Amino acid sequence: MNPTQATLIDLRDAIAARSVSAVEAARAYLDRIEQYNGRLNAYHEVFAERALARAERVDAGEVGGELAGVPIAIKDVLCTEYGQTTCSSRMLAGYRSPFTATAVRRLEDAGAIILGKTVMDEFAMGSSCENSAVGPVLNPWDVTRVPGGSSGGSAAAMAADLCAGAIGTDTGGSIRQPAALCGVVGVKPTYGRISRYGLVAFASSLDQVGPFTHTVADAALLTKVMSGRDPKDSTSAHVDDAQDMADVDQPVDKPRIGIARQYMSDANDPAMNRAVQQALDIYRDAGAEIVDIDLPLTDYGIATYYIVAPAEASSNLARFDGVHYGHRAQQADDLIDLYARSRSEGFGDEVKRRIMLGTYVLSSGYYDAYYNRALKVRRLIKQEFDAAFERCDALLCPTTAGPAFRLGEKADDPLAMYLNDAYTVNANMAGIPGVSLPGGFADHDGHALPLGVQLIGPAFDEARLFRIARLFEKHTDHHTRRPPL
Amino acid sequence: MSERISEDDVRQVAKLSRLRLSDDEVAHFTGQLGAVLDYVAKLEELDIEGVSPMAHPMEMFNVLRDDAEAPGISVDEALKNAPDRDDPFFKVPKVLGEGPGA
Repeated sequence: MNPTQATLIDLRDAIAARSVSAVEAARAYLDRIEQYNGRLNAYHEVFAERALARAERVDAGEVGGELAGVPIAIKDVLCTEYGQTTCSSRMLAGYRSPFTATAVRRLEDAGAIILGKTVMDEFAMGSSCENSAVGPVLNPWDVTRVPGGSSGGSAAAMAADLCAGAIGTDTGGSIRQPAALCGVVGVKPTYGRISRYGLVAFASSLDQVGPFTHTVADAALLTKVMSGRDPKDSTSAHVDDAQDMADVDQPVDKPRIGIARQYMSDANDPAMNRAVQQALDIYRDAGAEIVDIDLPLTDYGIATYYIVAPAEASSNLARFDGVHYGHRAQQADDLIDLYARSRSEGFGDEVKRRIMLGTYVLSSGYYDAYYNRALKVRRLIKQEFDAAFERCDALLCPTTAGPAFRLGEKADDPLAMYLNDAYTVNANMAGIPGVSLPGGFADHDGHALPLGVQLIGPAFDEARLFRIARLFEKHTDHHTRRPPL
Repeated sequence: MSERISEDDVRQVAKLSRLRLSDDEVAHFTGQLGAVLDYVAKLEELDIEGVSPMAHPMEMFNVLRDDAEAPGISVDEALKNAPDRDDPFFKVPKVLGEGPGA
């Protein structure tokens, strides 16, 4: 077996059966990173020595668990006591966290081997990984295009088989959109499913940790391992469905698949709408009931998000002051000047835009007109989903309007960049889970570019959502294609 | 150019945000923030009469834990990323000065 060409679960089983050693697996991935990371810039930091040492302990039987020996990539927004945690920002260059994020700790407690930290849009703000202070990530399917963002390094690492599974975070689509653009499975679990402890906060009521994999079963396993109540995150939930969640091959009896015309815009790439139509046909042929759903608030998601998320970000990022940790300006007249100079030097333009936008919508005189209004629309969005899930088990829609765009194409037009997340943000607003699945390909200039189809389900119903996702996967082979590296 | 935010507004917001902007940056950000504010104004089309605001997907209140002692991080750990330190303190320049924020 070539460890880098196996699914996560197959590799895990092969290591458990000792037909492949954990050291061989780690070495195979490290070699591949050595070979391809220079071209893709998916990883910012690789823990080669630490990974091999951990793998030796797995082979010696000292480390076991459900993920024993499985090599995983971590987005550089999750704190680790080893290596750096930089959020791809100049502000946190060289930062060494005193603690490890609960999600990462749970992976390691289950025996996973952390290969390294992946590049992202700075502080998870962006949809292309061009807002990275350590250079952009390139899309393995076409290196003139972006991998999506903000978890683009994790998505590209997964697509290029530079890890057996990768972890990202999703605040408005930052797992699902890059998963779609890189042709892999990406899951944003229900808000509260996975602890946010040790996740550098962007928008605390929206942020959620989740996996990238090649298959639904692999994603379900990683979600299961990371999930559960954590005393260090008071919004984390205990839900006793772990085994159900991982059991994706359980049949779903006559699932009801909802389809909303608001997602099937004529402005989408025609190949994208065809991919969703094909997915719908697969479900219909598999015995699903197709239900027409009206979701008029879909068109208001981005407007709501770009008030709520920057408002929370402006508060969360106030901690970066050049005093306790992070970048400090060399010269300053006094303390206030030190704050302002350190922040201006440490943050990139997109982070500055969002901090200012958030500060503006929260300022007295504008609070009701912007922030409070957005919170009321957020309630309406949640109610619209609640009503939809009375009539269907999952909504089927595109993850994005089209495939990966070119580097630089939207770099100086923030609004155009923001609209990338039009089909993903509302799941974050409502706190419900979404899965992006490899749904087909669009041909552009001789390159096959991946397309993602998305399934959105009710809160804490991942078990059924994964089974419905698996039903589609069983009838397609998009997830088995690999980029021509 | 948007009517919603002026260059003076952006200067004020930057000051509140503890950011220093050059005149070129002020002009650039004013245009970009104005375009975003024009876009988000579409929320004004919706009837929100009587709707209660939703700040969080899990509307929970007062999550309590036992008031028990537990180890935290050491002073040395807490200070290890400080740009400047004078143990056991973080070191900063004088608080009152001649700067624009004074």
